[in-house]
Amino acid sequence: MKFGVLVFPGTWSDRDCGWVVDQVLGEQLTYLWHKDADLKGCDCVILPGGFAYGDYLRTGAIARFAPVMEKVGEFADRGGLVWGICNGFQILCEAGLLPGALIRNASLEFRCQWTNLMVDRNDLPYTSQCAEREVIRIPISHGEGSYFADPATLSRLEQNGQVVFRYCDADGRVTPGANPNGSLHNIAGIVNKRGNVLGMMPHPERCSEPELGGTDGLKLFRSVVESATRALVS
Amino acid sequence: MIAKVIVTPKPVVNDPQGNTVKQGLASLGFREVSDVRVGKYIEVSLDAPSEHEARQRVEAMCQQLLANHVIEDFHFEIEHEGRHQR
Repeated sequence: MKFGVLVFPGTWSDRDCGWVVDQVLGEQLTYLWHKDADLKGCDCVILPGGFAYGDYLRTGAIARFAPVMEKVGEFADRGGLVWGICNGFQILCEAGLLPGALIRNASLEFRCQWTNLMVDRNDLPYTSQCAEREVIRIPISHGEGSYFADPATLSRLEQNGQVVFRYCDADGRVTPGANPNGSLHNIAGIVNKRGNVLGMMPHPERCSEPELGGTDGLKLFRSVVESATRALVS
Repeated sequence: MIAKVIVTPKPVVNDPQGNTVKQGLASLGFREVSDVRVGKYIEVSLDAPSEHEARQRVEAMCQQLLANHVIEDFHFEIEHEGRHQR
């Protein structure tokens, strides 16, 4: 399958995501520039981490006006896989492709650390290789990752089962102590109602090889490949 | 004309910056401070045929870009440049 990794001025995790796609998975890779007018036939578009447009005004606020984002929105509307990681999650929220917003960490610190995540949904194209309620270990690296949504939106997310990952301890307990940034309901990642647009603050591309201290991130990439292959076969 | 836009975190949104500034003020002895919220100040110079029209345009700018309605409130004043002196 073909992955497109979207690059804005200020994106910094594009090469890490690209490395996993073509060197670790051996899948097709193309980089999409923010000024591109088409998605080059990609089956999955990744919006990687970084500081698109310097995070000016707010994280993701300017990136959503990039020409390529119109195509990303159309692609998502057609059911295409759109995967926002860290800054990519912030951009998807600003673009209205996902509800809520990411605000300054409650600690005011930039947090770069390993986190444990409870996989609340393993029936998605992004998580099909995870066990039900599996705890996976993926690092975060952000200053503005505290998920916020108004109470009505939050309860809608919960009712629809749109919360995919929650910060938890090593035993899978979703506790305030396991929450690194003050996210409401310990939310680390959500999907849209249809399940094709995922936003997550942790960085799976940084733990997809044993040399990096963990391979749980690869499960998510493998899930995407497996679900795309299944879609082609069926 | 100049629009002076003030963007603040919504009351329901936790504002760790504001809390930290509040603690700083308390440690300096400003015990009367009960709350601090940290927001943004944005100046927009624009041409518009009337103040009414300028207000409509700036309102739209705030809705579409300058503020994120999920987490922020905004308000603004319009000043005519003749009156704007520093």
